[in-house]
Amino acid sequence: MERKMIGVYILGEYFKVPEGSTILTALEYAGFQLKRGVGCREGFCGACATLYREKGEYKLRGGLACQTVVTEGMTIARIPFVPAERANYDINKLKPDVNTFAELYPSVFRCVSCNTCTKICPQEINVMDYIQDVIRGDIASAAITSFDCIRCGLCALRCPAEIVQFNIAILAQRLYGKYLAPRSPELEERIKEIEEGKFDAEIKRLKGLCREELVREYYAREIEIS
Amino acid sequence: MYPDYMKESIAKVEKTRERRYRLALEHGKEVFKPMTEEEREGILERYHPDYQSDARKRVRIGPNKGELITDRVVDLLESYPRDNPDQFDLNDVDFDTEILIIGAGSAGLSAAIEASERGLNVLIATKLRLGDANSMMAQGGIQAATQRNDSPAIHYLDVIGGGHFDNKPDLVEALVMDAPKSIRWLEELGVMFDKNPDGSMIVKPGGGTSRNRLHSAKDYTGAAICRTLRDEVYNRSDRISYIEYSPVTELITDDRGQVAGAVIYHLETKEYSIVRAKAVIIATGGFGRLHIRNFATTNHYGATADGLVLAYRVGANLLYMDSVQYHPTGAVFPEQVVGFLCTEKLRGLGAQPVNKNGELFVYPLEPRDVEAASIIRECERGHGITTPSGLKGVWLDTPLIEMLNGEGTIENALPAMFRQFKRFDIDIRRYPILIYPTLHYQNGGIEINARAETKIPGLYVAGEASGGVHGRNRLMGNSQLDIVVFGRRAGINASERVLGGVKLGMLTMEHVRNYMRELDQLGDVPRSRIAPMILPDYIPDHVKAKQLTLNYFGTLT
Repeated sequence: MERKMIGVYILGEYFKVPEGSTILTALEYAGFQLKRGVGCREGFCGACATLYREKGEYKLRGGLACQTVVTEGMTIARIPFVPAERANYDINKLKPDVNTFAELYPSVFRCVSCNTCTKICPQEINVMDYIQDVIRGDIASAAITSFDCIRCGLCALRCPAEIVQFNIAILAQRLYGKYLAPRSPELEERIKEIEEGKFDAEIKRLKGLCREELVREYYAREIEIS
Repeated sequence: MYPDYMKESIAKVEKTRERRYRLALEHGKEVFKPMTEEEREGILERYHPDYQSDARKRVRIGPNKGELITDRVVDLLESYPRDNPDQFDLNDVDFDTEILIIGAGSAGLSAAIEASERGLNVLIATKLRLGDANSMMAQGGIQAATQRNDSPAIHYLDVIGGGHFDNKPDLVEALVMDAPKSIRWLEELGVMFDKNPDGSMIVKPGGGTSRNRLHSAKDYTGAAICRTLRDEVYNRSDRISYIEYSPVTELITDDRGQVAGAVIYHLETKEYSIVRAKAVIIATGGFGRLHIRNFATTNHYGATADGLVLAYRVGANLLYMDSVQYHPTGAVFPEQVVGFLCTEKLRGLGAQPVNKNGELFVYPLEPRDVEAASIIRECERGHGITTPSGLKGVWLDTPLIEMLNGEGTIENALPAMFRQFKRFDIDIRRYPILIYPTLHYQNGGIEINARAETKIPGLYVAGEASGGVHGRNRLMGNSQLDIVVFGRRAGINASERVLGGVKLGMLTMEHVRNYMRELDQLGDVPRSRIAPMILPDYIPDHVKAKQLTLNYFGTLT
């Protein structure tokens, strides 16, 4: 099947690529062997942040190269790395409150609520909202709102207040997971049972079974799922 | 959106949906009869890609010489080194470290944290960035027998049955017994798991699990775990250093046969560096980017089985490299997402695979190999749908998820899946998705024991690169578990080795020279076939025809 070709500008240079390509596959079709700015290729790793302009548009758009389909006349700039301030910390010594952020990321208070971060986010996260959550001290909401962040870094690049949203997001998530999420009682019980050796005899018995016996037990086992 | 001819088939799926919904209300997940042992074996032999007559060939070199192994893996093992070992001055050591970790997915990162916890200095060398790994892409969950109707013994039986009873019992024991405390370890590092308001874990079933045992973080489970581990590694910069864009191209031993370091190559500056280490942990992941049998893959760009090659040349043996995992539900439409993972959690939440007429044809939660073979059979019977680009697939009826679990479930529990298809104008709450098996996981790998040791002193392996934990077929959610359990074990035991006192002799790459001599003797291995592969090669032929490049990454000619 002969594919229709369209023209795009990769870093300003004109290339013909198949219609329907993503920015990532268009780059490869053009002959770029990618090292930086490529990762999981499925929208989970944030390696392939890209800035682009559609033909005739004033607006600078952002997206993931692996998830964005090229259009005729598109101009593409790759963003293989985002320089970003990152605080080092010992998670065991932090408190899940606003003071932690004031100390580690004081720039968070520079937020001018312009919403540029939210508009550029390829995950459609309400980035500004979770930054405001942090400022208000609602760490749980910040963690939950930012959860789908894949650290592509576009928010931080566009932020006029120079906040590093994605680093703030992971800190909020870790504080929530460690200190604020309720603990699971059955998990603690199970760990105790294992430490007390409750399952040792049964595991030992299973390990001692021959293949035929294992097959029999396996296919006879009760299925209790919902 | 779907073209009209697909919409006609979707109309048939919609017609049977109400009936299938009632079936699910009545029978839970058992909307179709699970297969017996004979049925499973029968369908695998006829339809699973591993069982096709040309799927495997005999490897003619190295520790597994004479064994039948997946064809492209054999090509990789029967490849020349990237560089002549004579070019390196091993007395000129660039990095001297206690522990070298190769790869920075969740296994490597877990190992690094445990080693640093014991006061050791760690160097991580990784081909792309920290966290650039299949670990980051795992969606559905992590198994652990935390529920009161479950136990590590039941988990054990599920693992070993799913693996066709070929798993190494010691490894399975380690996996299931360490599982609950691994979940707690992750929580203490700050991983956010899905929970009920009282703190109890939300758990779902997966293919081949006899209990609800999948703990998830929406459908970003792997990302939630991996990014947390990575953040912790960043914080431990006093003990852990890392070099990115720096694949290992060869291991180094000492004159006593211990693994003692590695050669690393910087992808941008093209510089080589010599690392000396008292223990080396391979955590390089799997082989999806080999595109075995030309399958599309769910895997990360860097999943090229480099660790297998490194370990094999140094004399470590491989286990079950005749077995490949095809994930039953890879996307086949639209074209931009072909091969992408459609998480098993979709079926865990009630989505059913149905054919072009809207009929059920398999129990939705068979182990992955059986489920995949059933989908292939359905397509070969002519009950699949062909896409505009010529691929075949069956429907995964996702709208059932919200009928069974309530409105909003898809956006809340499956945001990655929802987003993935929405980007291409398909609303999975309203329409089914078209799926076909996709190359997903390396079931086998470098043989380890429960201490994550190989038979070569000083060499440890953790995660997908290792073999034996999952036998010949891994169950959903056991890889996320594996990388944490054996990542930590590798870190702990490598530390123990170093703390116990390791004397390194003279560094050497004699094993590479010997390997090259053996390759020469085979007589028919082209010099241009080189490994480790490092990165796959997607440059189109019309560009290559105009290049004079001698060696591409990914050269497997």
